[in-house]
Amino acid sequence: MKRKNNQLPELPPQAKHHMGIKARNAISNTFIHILLVIITIIWLVPFVCIILQSFRVESTHMVGYVIPKDWGLDNYIALFDTDFPKWYINTLVTAIITALLQTVIVLCMSYTLSRFRFKGRKLLMRFMLILGMFPGMLTMIILYRVLKDIGMTEANAVPGLILVYIASSGMGYYVSKGFFDTIPKSLDEAARIDGATRFQILTKVILPLAKPIVIYTILTAFMAPWGDFVFARYVSMNVSSGMNVAVGLFSWLNKDMIDGRYTMFCAAGVLVALPVALLFIFLQKYYVEGVTGGAVKG
Amino acid sequence: MKKYSDLEYLRLPKWKRFLYAVICFFVGIPGSILGLFKKIGLGIVKFLTGIKNEFVDIGTTFTNGDWKTKVSFFIMGFGNIARGQILRGLLFFIFEVVFIVYMIFAGSYWLSMLPSLGLRGPEVVYDPIYDAYVTEYFDNSFKILLYGVLTLFFIIALIYTWRINIKQNKISEQIIRSGKKLRSGKDDLRSLVDDQFHKTLLALPLTGIIVFTMMPIVFMILVAFTNYDGAHNGFSNNLFTWVGLDNFNSLLSWSNGEVSYAATFGEVLTWTLIWAFFATFTNYFLGMLVAMMINKKGIRIKKFWRTCLVFTIAVPQFISLLYVSKMFANNGLINGFLLNLGLIEKALPFWTDTTWARITVIIINIWIGIPYLMLIATGILMNIPKDLYESAKVDGAGPFMQYTKITLPYMLFVTGPYLLTSFTSNMNNFNVIYLLTGGAPTSTLPSPGGNLGDTDLLITWLFKLTTFEEAKYYMASVIGILVFIVVAIISLVVYNLLPSTKNEEDFQ
Repeated sequence: MKRKNNQLPELPPQAKHHMGIKARNAISNTFIHILLVIITIIWLVPFVCIILQSFRVESTHMVGYVIPKDWGLDNYIALFDTDFPKWYINTLVTAIITALLQTVIVLCMSYTLSRFRFKGRKLLMRFMLILGMFPGMLTMIILYRVLKDIGMTEANAVPGLILVYIASSGMGYYVSKGFFDTIPKSLDEAARIDGATRFQILTKVILPLAKPIVIYTILTAFMAPWGDFVFARYVSMNVSSGMNVAVGLFSWLNKDMIDGRYTMFCAAGVLVALPVALLFIFLQKYYVEGVTGGAVKG
Repeated sequence: MKKYSDLEYLRLPKWKRFLYAVICFFVGIPGSILGLFKKIGLGIVKFLTGIKNEFVDIGTTFTNGDWKTKVSFFIMGFGNIARGQILRGLLFFIFEVVFIVYMIFAGSYWLSMLPSLGLRGPEVVYDPIYDAYVTEYFDNSFKILLYGVLTLFFIIALIYTWRINIKQNKISEQIIRSGKKLRSGKDDLRSLVDDQFHKTLLALPLTGIIVFTMMPIVFMILVAFTNYDGAHNGFSNNLFTWVGLDNFNSLLSWSNGEVSYAATFGEVLTWTLIWAFFATFTNYFLGMLVAMMINKKGIRIKKFWRTCLVFTIAVPQFISLLYVSKMFANNGLINGFLLNLGLIEKALPFWTDTTWARITVIIINIWIGIPYLMLIATGILMNIPKDLYESAKVDGAGPFMQYTKITLPYMLFVTGPYLLTSFTSNMNNFNVIYLLTGGAPTSTLPSPGGNLGDTDLLITWLFKLTTFEEAKYYMASVIGILVFIVVAIISLVVYNLLPSTKNEEDFQ
C-alpha cells in the first residue's frame, strides 16, 4: 500500500510477477481515493445534516429524514427572540479576552521554563505535573463558591469565567515549552554577548521566531470557551443572561425543550460553528505545527 | 526468567522475541514500582537532611551574625534597611506587618476554628424588633475550611520569606566583609528584567496556579475527610465536620450483602480503563492509517482531505457531539433512515442498551479523535528518514514489512509520552461521555448518590455526585483522590518503562 518510489534498483522477488509496479500503484491509489471519499463523507455527514436541518421550516421536531420539505430562514430569525444573541456576545467576549491574556500567561510560563535554569525549576515542573493529575472537575465546586462570594456568578458570570480560565492557564505550558526548546540556545547567547538583557532577548529575538506557537496558543485559547459548558453551567446557575452558548444551547436539548427547539439548535450551531471553524481552517497550519510539536516533545 | 544476551535474542524466532518483550515489560513492573518507592524514600531522607541543615544554618547565622542580623530575626528586613538596601528591607517589613495584622484580625479566628469547622450552626431565634422568629447564621464551615487553608498557606509563605530574609542577612554580611558593595534598589529592579527575569515572568502565572488550582485541590482533598454534602452545607442547614477516614471506609466496604460500593467502583474503574484503552489505541492506529493514506505518493488534493477531516476539531464539541448523540437516538436520523429503508424492524438501541452504548461511544470517539492523530502522524511520518525505506526496499521488504519494521517502531518511539498522556486524558474524557450519553443507560449498581449510568466514567460519576439535590461532595472528593492515585500509578509505571523518556536538554 505504501510503495513510495518506483525506481527500484532491483525488484524484490514477490513483486516481479503478474503486473508492473506502476499498474499496482495505480490500482492501490484508486482504491485509496475511493476510501478517502468514503471517509470524508462519513466525517462531513453530521455537519451537512446540521446545516440542512437548520433551514427546515415544516416542523421543529426531530425527524427521521434530512432534506427539508420547506426551506426557509425561520429558525435563524427565531433565534433573535431568544437569549441566544446575549449568549453569543457573552461567549465572544470571554473568548477574545481569554485568548489574549491566556496567551501572555502561557508564553511567560513556557519561555521561562524552557530558557532559564533556576533553582527549583525541575521541582516546579514535577509539581505541576502532579497537580495536573487531579481531576480538575473537583475544583469547580470551590471555585464556584469563591466566585459567588465575590459576586462573579449568575448574571455576572462572564468576568468570573474569564478570571478562572486565565488564572489556571499556566498549567498548559507543555506545547509551547516544547516549541521554545527547539529554538537554539546559541541565539540567546549571541544576543547576550551583544549586551542584551533577558527582557530584550525575549522581545527582540525569541518572540519574532515564536510566531507559530503564539498563533497556536491564541487559537486554542480562543476556541476553548466556546465548548466549555461544565464550569460555565456551574457559574451561570440557570440565570440565562450569564450563560455562554454551550450552556444555553445544551438546555435546549433536554426532554421538555427539544421538540420546539431542535431546528433552532441546528441554526444556532451553524452560527456558532461558522466563525470558529473558519478561523481554525484559516490558521490550520499553525495548529498542525503546535499539535505535532506537542506530541513529539511531550 | 531467563535473560537473553543480544546475540541469543536475535536468534529467537519472531513470536518468541515478542513474548520476551512482553514478559520483560511485566517483569519490569515490580522493579519499577520498587524503584519508585526507593526514589520516594531517598527523597524523604534528602528532604529531612535538608531541613536539618536549614536549622543548623539558621542557628549559626544567629550566633555568628552582628546585631543587625540578630534584630532581623524578629523585625524582618531590618538588616537590609540598616545596610542601605531600603527597597528590599521595606518589602520584607511590609510583608511582616501585613501578616501580623491579618493574623490578629482574621487569621487567628479561622485557625482556631479549623479543628472543629465551626461550633454554632444556624439557629432560629426570636427577634423582638420584628416580633418574629428569624434564622440567624453563625459559623460557616465552608468558609472556615477555605480561609483556614488560606491562613495555613499564608503562614508557610511567612516562614519561607523569613528564611530568605535571614539568608540575605548572612550573604550581605559576607559581601561587606569581603569589601564589595551591596546591590542597590535600582540594581534590584534592573535585575528583574535581566538575570532575575524568570521571577518576573513566573510571578503572575504561579500566583494564578496557586490560588485557582492548588488551593482548590488542597481544599477538595480535605473535603474527603469531612461530611460536607447537600444536607451539611456548612452554612444554611447543618455545619459539617471532620470524619477522618469514614468516607473512604464507606466507599470501600459499604455493602448490603448483594451489592457494594466497592463493586460499583470496581465496575466503573474497569469500564474507565477499557474506554481509555480503546479510545487511545483505536484513534492512534486508525489515525496513523488515515495519515499514511493521505500522505501516500500519488494521492491527489491532500490538503482537501485533511481540511475535511479537521472539521471535527474546528467545530466546538458541544455542537457536534450533541448533534451526533441525537442522530443515534431511538427516534434520530440513523434509526429513521434504517427504518425507512426497511433494513430493521425496530430502532437499534444505541443509547438504551449497555453494550450498544459502550461500543457506540467508542466508535463516535474515533470520529472525534482520528483528525488529531492524523495531524500528529502526518508531521512525524514526514520526519522519518527516507533512506530507511530505500534500504528496506533494497532488502526486499514489502509495504507491510516496512510498516511493522520502520514506521510503527519509529512512531511508537517518538509518541510514547503522547500515548501515555492521551491514555490518562481519555480516562478523564468528560466531554465525550457526558455530551453523547450523559452516562445512559441507567445502571443497576448502587451509587452513594446521583443516577449512575453504564457508560459513566469515574470523572462523570464524580460530576454527578456533586450536582444532584443532596450533593455528596465528600464522595466526589474521595473518588477524585482515587482517580488521582490510579492516574499517578499508571503514569509513573509506564513513564519509567518508556524507551523514549528523554532528556529535555537534548533538544537545545
